[in-house]
Amino acid sequence: KVHSTSCGSLFKSLLKMGGEESVKLLGVWSSPYSRRVELALKLKGVPFESVEEDLSKKSALLMKCNPVHKKIPVLLHNGKSIVESLIILEYIDETWKGRPLLPQDPYERAKARFWAKFIDDKLMPGVWKTFLSKEEEREENKEEACELLRSLESELKDKKYFGGDDIGYLDIAANVVAFWIQRVESVVGIDLLNQDSFPILCKWIERLYHEIPLMKECLPPKEKHLVYIKTRYEAATATNGNL
Amino acid sequence: MGEKSSVKLYGFWASPFVMRAAVALKIKGIEFEYIEEDLRNKSEQLLQYNPVYKKVPVLVHNGQPIAESLVILEYIDEIWTDPPHLLPKEPYHRAKHRFWAAYFQTAFDLMLKTLKTEGEEQQKALNELLAKLDVAEEGLKEIFPSGAPIFQDGNPGYLGIVFCSFFGNTETMAEFFGTKLLTPERYPLLSSWAAALSQIPAIKEVTPPAPKMLGVLNLVRQNALKSNA
Repeated sequence: KVHSTSCGSLFKSLLKMGGEESVKLLGVWSSPYSRRVELALKLKGVPFESVEEDLSKKSALLMKCNPVHKKIPVLLHNGKSIVESLIILEYIDETWKGRPLLPQDPYERAKARFWAKFIDDKLMPGVWKTFLSKEEEREENKEEACELLRSLESELKDKKYFGGDDIGYLDIAANVVAFWIQRVESVVGIDLLNQDSFPILCKWIERLYHEIPLMKECLPPKEKHLVYIKTRYEAATATNGNL
Repeated sequence: MGEKSSVKLYGFWASPFVMRAAVALKIKGIEFEYIEEDLRNKSEQLLQYNPVYKKVPVLVHNGQPIAESLVILEYIDEIWTDPPHLLPKEPYHRAKHRFWAAYFQTAFDLMLKTLKTEGEEQQKALNELLAKLDVAEEGLKEIFPSGAPIFQDGNPGYLGIVFCSFFGNTETMAEFFGTKLLTPERYPLLSSWAAALSQIPAIKEVTPPAPKMLGVLNLVRQNALKSNA
């Protein structure tokens, strides 16, 4: 049984509060979900402490602050814990008002939320399914994944970023699309998100990488990441599990 | 306020997701046109308005479509800013509401599994569902520290709307499962919350009558069991 106050008092006993605002991010270097939160905090210029979790040996703090799912990322703000990366992004946007992440217009906000949910609920599951397919199911799964990528690409159209002239909530949520897909592709040896099939998405990825320094900063280091992906992929295909 | 806006809701009478949108619009006092879809023969408009999922509900406001019930609820709250408010004002409380709304979805998925399976598989799904509801019973004490609200103002709020769309129709559920799911002994908070929610006029108005609902549930069950065989 956990209440946020017991999480707060554990936290307070670990650090001297001194009346300052305290922001802590429990995450994992390889997770696109904790990288989303990291990016959002950095865009907002919110000072925070990063805590690297070991998912094979979850910390007492993580268990106390996310008792329901026991997952990262967790944002700890003055002892209160907020979980689920997209929920955390909204919390960050509502708490620190400078440099808005979501659009101002309610209809644009609805669209951004719709597409972020689409990425997590439909697109990425379809992509992972393709990467983990058995030989005989691969083409069919790949075609479905392409259909989903095309859908997302249509939302980008002729905009520089999903957020318009600068990155926003949906660009942050789409970090997994922009960087994880191509990295996993290169390990698995399936050609999915390429220039010919998705010129607009690929252009957007290039822009993110070359024009948004913070985006690059919030990526797992490439070589280390590729090794990690390879290890997990081999384990997953051996046991037919999840990436 | 200016010109009257055009609000249409594409739905299906038995869908809990559509129910959410309808309740929210009624709570806010927004007039809307309701279009009942035949899900076996979806209209051109629906497919045009929701090409990604091709599902209901879709809210069309001044010609602009919004899909996904939780997205629709937040849109309704943000575009019609007069009270009653669906989500709380404070960011931490909003995060909690959003968290539990997502959690209820996972419980509902198990409820669907219970509906579509039999024997051991069904029992397993039911046990997992009850366990999830145990977690919710405990976790929601943070949102309702003095017990379930009684809704004197007739506003169930975002989370109340989500919860009752899945678990509010206690009569139907009891009939279907042959037993009360949210027993007061095991779920004092959730059961009293469900009871209070079911009394709210806007919710009463859109709750399908138990016999009609049971008909649909039995149909879904029979089809699922047939295709499992």
